[in-house]
Amino acid sequence: MLEDVLGSPYIPNTEDDRAEMLEAIGVNRVADLFADIPLHKRTESINLPQSMSELTLRREFHELAGKNVVPGEYAMFLGAGVYNHFIPSAIAPLISRGEFLTSYTPYQPEVSQGTLQATYEFQSLISLLTGMDNCNSGMYDGATALAEGVLMACRVTRRSQVIIADSVPPRHRSVILTYTKAQGIDVKIQRRDQLSVDADIACVVVASPNYFGYIDGDMGGLANQVHDKGALLVVSTNVMSLGILKPPGEYDADIVTGECQPLGIPLSFGGPYVGFFASKDEYVRQMPGRIVGKTVDTDGRTGYVLTLQTREQHIRRERATSNICTSEALIALRATIYLALMGKRGFAEVGLHCFHKAHYLASLIQSLPNFSLPFDGDFFNEFVVRGPAPSADILKDLEVNKIIGGLDISDTVNNGILVSVTEMNTKQEIHKFVEVLSQWGGQLR
Amino acid sequence: MPKLDVPEQASLPQHLLRDELPLPEVAEPDVVRYFTRLSQMNFGIDTSFYPLGSCTMKYNPKVNDEIAAIPGFAGIHPLQPGSMVQGALQLMYELQDSLCQITGMPAASLASVAGAHGELVGMLLMRAFHDYKGQLEGRRTVLIPDSAHGTNPASAAMAGYRVVSVPSDENGNMDMDALQSLLDESVVGLMITLPNTLGLFDPNIERICALVHEVGGLVYGDGANMNALLGQVQLGSLGFDIVHLNLHKTMSTPHGGGGPGAGPITVTSELASFLPTPVVTATPSSHNDGNAYQLDAPEHSIGSIGAFHGNFGVLVRAMAYIKANGADGLREVSENAVLNANYIMKKLEGTFEIPYKRTCMHEVVLSSRNLKQHGIRAMDIAKRLIDYGIHPPTMYFPLIVEEALMIEPTETESKETLDHFIQSMLSIFKEIHETPQLLLDAPHNTPNTRLDEALAARSPNLRWSPMDK
Repeated sequence: MLEDVLGSPYIPNTEDDRAEMLEAIGVNRVADLFADIPLHKRTESINLPQSMSELTLRREFHELAGKNVVPGEYAMFLGAGVYNHFIPSAIAPLISRGEFLTSYTPYQPEVSQGTLQATYEFQSLISLLTGMDNCNSGMYDGATALAEGVLMACRVTRRSQVIIADSVPPRHRSVILTYTKAQGIDVKIQRRDQLSVDADIACVVVASPNYFGYIDGDMGGLANQVHDKGALLVVSTNVMSLGILKPPGEYDADIVTGECQPLGIPLSFGGPYVGFFASKDEYVRQMPGRIVGKTVDTDGRTGYVLTLQTREQHIRRERATSNICTSEALIALRATIYLALMGKRGFAEVGLHCFHKAHYLASLIQSLPNFSLPFDGDFFNEFVVRGPAPSADILKDLEVNKIIGGLDISDTVNNGILVSVTEMNTKQEIHKFVEVLSQWGGQLR
Repeated sequence: MPKLDVPEQASLPQHLLRDELPLPEVAEPDVVRYFTRLSQMNFGIDTSFYPLGSCTMKYNPKVNDEIAAIPGFAGIHPLQPGSMVQGALQLMYELQDSLCQITGMPAASLASVAGAHGELVGMLLMRAFHDYKGQLEGRRTVLIPDSAHGTNPASAAMAGYRVVSVPSDENGNMDMDALQSLLDESVVGLMITLPNTLGLFDPNIERICALVHEVGGLVYGDGANMNALLGQVQLGSLGFDIVHLNLHKTMSTPHGGGGPGAGPITVTSELASFLPTPVVTATPSSHNDGNAYQLDAPEHSIGSIGAFHGNFGVLVRAMAYIKANGADGLREVSENAVLNANYIMKKLEGTFEIPYKRTCMHEVVLSSRNLKQHGIRAMDIAKRLIDYGIHPPTMYFPLIVEEALMIEPTETESKETLDHFIQSMLSIFKEIHETPQLLLDAPHNTPNTRLDEALAARSPNLRWSPMDK
């Protein structure tokens, strides 16, 4: 009879190999090699099921994935920091190449020029997009990038008080709080229109577009106010908006962070993503994370290496600028390939599509008698809608109509829904969205 | 992009818009060829033996990537209502449980996305625990062995703690006298890697944990080397309070040139209520295999440590790996990993110096300090291995071994590959004595010869700029 093969499918050694090796080592059994483990603590086996064939494995995971509702079957208007954008087909085959996928941090530059040069491209592209002097090789995600931006501002200014504008997304705020609390950094959350900066402040943290999708129209004024007190301006932004919006470097931001997920990275239930971290030149030696630099080899040929490593944990240990070791290199490569494929024109076009589609939907919703946009101002691809009923009820209704309608933000805006629109949303989806809302006592004019 | 299918809307005010977008313009065929050629300048596990110590560069099963790319996993938004993502939550719940079984701990969090991220969480958990007990102020010191990975002290410092180093003894174990002299009520806890970075299992581990507990401290287990212990011993039963696992090492998820990883942690029941948000919990329900799954915030949680719920795509791959191997398979993994390392050690005996002459676990540390008299450094040996088609081992680490070369073969290498490596090392040993210049000029067949790292650091060029045209 054919039986299930038990054990690990990925071990090439045969029984004969093992016997030869044991003999060479001079022990009788593999168990002898584990003699340092206290005998009374040794386990016979793990309390887990036995091995599974690849065929069964695939079947089981497809079944599990089938229990999730997927964008595509549903129209997606949920964003709040990560978005359902178009992913070009050329990305997956390139990042699946074993030389990229199965290598590690490029400690040995002679056999890692692929990863190193691609990372240099990433740093270049993000610097160009943000208008900043430089950028590191990437952070875990946008939220931890921002939190490390706050820690860096405290190191640069040697101050330990921080102001976060209330326009910064709550998820980002809470990560900042987790990261700063243990270091004794005092974090104050202030209204964006009532920021009070004094001479003890290390930095002011703002988001533009902000949590509600709106663009901060006075970043230049804020930068002056912050710099007058010797503090740094730390900005969190939506990278996709930078295809059309003025880059933070132009309004004199000191540290700029954000989430690269919009750049060809699948939503994947929250990760893996990659955060970007850009700053002015003068602060580069205080940066967290890996940085790649250009240099030459002994024959004078151009090449790339990990550089400024004296900032890092493997050299500086407890005095390092951060503890980051493994980060998100492959995801940064995704973003790099995305930007290369979209290019100058394509990337701006995606931004414009998002902008026009979002504003089209907003204008239709605004014309419904029972719905309103509670905030004035300019937005990019996301805005807040206030409805005539609890947000949860309206979102449930949309869900029944195969629309994931947005994020329930009734905890901050009464009956508020944060709605985002991307280039993926068709005119039909937008009309369907409005049609469903119009049943709530309004009409599509 | 397709033609815009909605009416154009009024533009934003000019002062909000950028004047130019200085991105390159490259046609798709050229992009594909460019990145393909870049990839060819890399060594990866798929192309080469990659015995990079402490990094567990094992084969990354292809089926795991395929599974993670299923739209039902790759396409879901992290903020979709729980009812729409029951499959994802079930997967996370089962992975939490599997990691608890493997480490012998009752509670887990999948939120940390790298080993060092898990370490930071571990330190914040210790802080929250001592705070809860009213001992926050008095406890300021984290003890860390001198053999530890650099992330350990860096993580402790990020949590606001002072680091004190514990020396190792002549056998490569923790110096017990030194440990005892450092233990008092000011100690937050101990961070320890098991087996340690010398590839050695410290036989005093139970006593070490007990001593730390006696002064009210906690023990953090850096699980970077769990590949040696899968199915052999549960760290929870030895006295550890917090353990992280590197799923990109032990559970075979691809390293990706430096991430993504995942560094989930498991903890004792005493620490469960402090875990970061979110954790996945289950409640009995009429549908969905009898359970409904939800994201939850533990009662005294240290808060959130990332934007969402961890590196889900990595978690999917790890779960697939655990299921493919099963209980017996995971045990075979550690057996073969340890067998392979000991085989290499034995076969190199009498040539390269082995500073600690005892059975190693999943990796072996050599020293080339005796070869300095020939003008050869560990770096030169590493670079020469490249000429033999082998990725260099970890160099100059652990710090307590002069001219260290740290070799971790993993279980997914065949005896044939190990023999090739051993033969290469023996040839190099001969070259050191006969033709040392071969090593000093190595590598010979790579796109670049040795690169000037000092120049890169002295005058940083970190990006292309329009002025470079």
